[in-house]
Amino acid sequence: MINELSRRRFLSQAGIGVSAAWVSAHWPEMVSAATHAHQAAQSGAAYKFEFFTPAEAVEIDALSARIIPTDDTPGAREAGVLYFIDRALVTFGSGDQQKYRDGLVELQSAVPAKFPGVEKFSALAPEQQDELLHTIETNQTEKAPRRRRLNSGQTFLEALRVATISGFLIDPEADLGNRGGVGWKLIGREPAHSFQPPFGYYDKDYPGWQPAPKMADKG
Amino acid sequence: MKVEQPKYKTSDEVDFVIIGSGAAGGILAKELSTNGFRVVVLEQGPYLTEADYTHNEIKVLGEDLLTNHPKLQPTTFRKTPQDKAKQQRALVYGRSVGGTSVHFTANFWRFHEIDFIERGKVGAIPGANLVDWPIRYADLEPYYTKVEWEIGVSGLAGASPFDPPRSKPYPMPPLPVKSSGVIFERAAQKLGWNPFPAPMAILSQPRPGRSACMNCGFCLSFGCEVGAKSSSLVAAIRVAEKTGRCEIRPDSYVHRIETDARGRAIGAAYFNKDKNTHLQKAKAVIVCANGAETPRLLLMSANAQFPNGLANNSSGVVGKNLMLNSGAISLGVFEHPLNDYKGFAVSRILHDFYELDAQKVGFCGGGGLDARFDATPIGFALNSLPPDTPKWGSAFKKTLAQNYTRTMEVFSHATSLAREDNSFSLDPDLKDAWGLPALRMTYKDHPDDLKVAKWLNDRALELLDAAGATKKWSYPIVEQEFAVHLLGTCRMGADPKTSVINSDHRTHDVKNLFLCDGSSFVTSGRGQPTMTIEALAFRAADRITALAKSGEISA
Repeated sequence: MINELSRRRFLSQAGIGVSAAWVSAHWPEMVSAATHAHQAAQSGAAYKFEFFTPAEAVEIDALSARIIPTDDTPGAREAGVLYFIDRALVTFGSGDQQKYRDGLVELQSAVPAKFPGVEKFSALAPEQQDELLHTIETNQTEKAPRRRRLNSGQTFLEALRVATISGFLIDPEADLGNRGGVGWKLIGREPAHSFQPPFGYYDKDYPGWQPAPKMADKG
Repeated sequence: MKVEQPKYKTSDEVDFVIIGSGAAGGILAKELSTNGFRVVVLEQGPYLTEADYTHNEIKVLGEDLLTNHPKLQPTTFRKTPQDKAKQQRALVYGRSVGGTSVHFTANFWRFHEIDFIERGKVGAIPGANLVDWPIRYADLEPYYTKVEWEIGVSGLAGASPFDPPRSKPYPMPPLPVKSSGVIFERAAQKLGWNPFPAPMAILSQPRPGRSACMNCGFCLSFGCEVGAKSSSLVAAIRVAEKTGRCEIRPDSYVHRIETDARGRAIGAAYFNKDKNTHLQKAKAVIVCANGAETPRLLLMSANAQFPNGLANNSSGVVGKNLMLNSGAISLGVFEHPLNDYKGFAVSRILHDFYELDAQKVGFCGGGGLDARFDATPIGFALNSLPPDTPKWGSAFKKTLAQNYTRTMEVFSHATSLAREDNSFSLDPDLKDAWGLPALRMTYKDHPDDLKVAKWLNDRALELLDAAGATKKWSYPIVEQEFAVHLLGTCRMGADPKTSVINSDHRTHDVKNLFLCDGSSFVTSGRGQPTMTIEALAFRAADRITALAKSGEISA
């Protein structure tokens, strides 16, 4: 059963699954990771990664760009998700370091297996990257019932997906957020904290509450 | 915003020590201090105020700014008493001054007559411990009215043909309608149902020291920075503090109620912020720690006189008969933007199915439907997209971008039948950060609870169809393993053998020990317990005041 609060507390709930600790266990440092992504974005100097090697960073960047691609609107790349994840893996997400290291190695070995002659995921064309990810997804994940909880036992790719979405949609206020607020712009969330009705299309011309026509009969 | 308070010494025998500052504790503090008594409120969480609240998802949802912390206070869960419990987060409750009333949705439904007399009406239900309350709706009606006027509830009296009788209208009009509310209302009326403006404990008009709702949208799970949400902090505790007789003592984690040789409570032992233990002496103890922590505290207070836990000698039901409220959620996507992230959670509800004919539907129970949206952005992306949406890639992104402003939910809130096996108890192995036994939850829904959830959810799907949703789906209806509403674990009753407190909220076994919170419930209601917790608290305050003034408590 889904409970009123638990489902909204998806992140705390994720703590039930060991690997979902990625987002849930150490949120405070997530703030720091997001701030880090901002700073990385703002500084013109070459970025010094804290967890990833430069080569790994290229792969993570390519992967997260397939999760939330850049098309006619900004994606994970423009939101600085890579830097967010790099910071996370030396702070609150450090428990996932091995998962990332192993996952990257496994992924790289899958590349030439499917596309002989190509060594790196990042060297594939986007369509090929998607094709490979679909293959891995089909092999690895079972269709779990969709509930308002994250499933435990996340794979590397599932952990990366949660991290990418978090880095993309995190509250941009007070320097915490997705770079330039691109995530919230995409979903259409205005950053203001006070609104006046009408809020949306359907309450625009609302004439005021009237009892249901049948009400009189029902007594 | 904090008001000067008296500082009592722990050795001062105050009139009442109240454990917990939430929906019930806050109101009892206000009423008893107003009535001239000296009161100390011990709250395990910090004293946070409007200035400390934030819209930051990370701090609130991730760091448990306002709620119990799974690392400091780990819990375990099992389905039946035969199972070995596994460590998992089993419940959430408010853990700051004001308790859960700080971050709740603020849906404020009164119970109806049926909630007090359902057993008498439908008879015994196999596998359920369904009994009637020792009080009736009419006994609580004046106190429901008191809650609405003193705490601040927005709503429209007479709007629902299913409403129980009321002595006064609401003190202020309903909150504005949201797009989800308009969609819900039109579709429900098309189906011949009776939607109406949701009664909410959120101000539609300002009150002294409190703003009307600004429609910020960070409502459920968040504290209100403008005092519009009627938490017990802004609506009751501030009044208590002004009497000059009430001390709110935060960061005070009560772990034991001490008794004397006569078997009477002498005070509450608690850890302060530095984990030093103190004993606050009092003439009487009132536990308002919620439906999980209240029974836990009684069980932890076991001694030679009360080997099964305090106030548990006669009945042995402390912690048992837990009810969580059944329910279901369906989501719908619409053509145009609702922007339902603005505002508050709920603007329209319906009670057509509050009382179902058990003979006709084949189960005992009923419930209400509400129209809402309350997902935070990351949560929405992870959990609120249609199940056939790709999990990543441009199609995922497109659906996310399209749906966030166009999605709403129909939430079915329903009954839970009490079962003696469903309980909060002390975990035999796991300890919290203070070395105290962790809470262990045992829970398996009665089959009727799942049936009522399914039945109501079918109505919710009909409604979304009638509303013209371009897409609709539901979360699976499965047995609950996580508790938000914590009800029934120290139930009220006339018979000391089957209940823990009498209708004055006095424990049958300890004369100067009172319990008032969700644990007092005999039935679950239809999913919105806080209004009734507060009405019970106002009523308990009257009963306890009368007993104290007649010298009956100390006699």
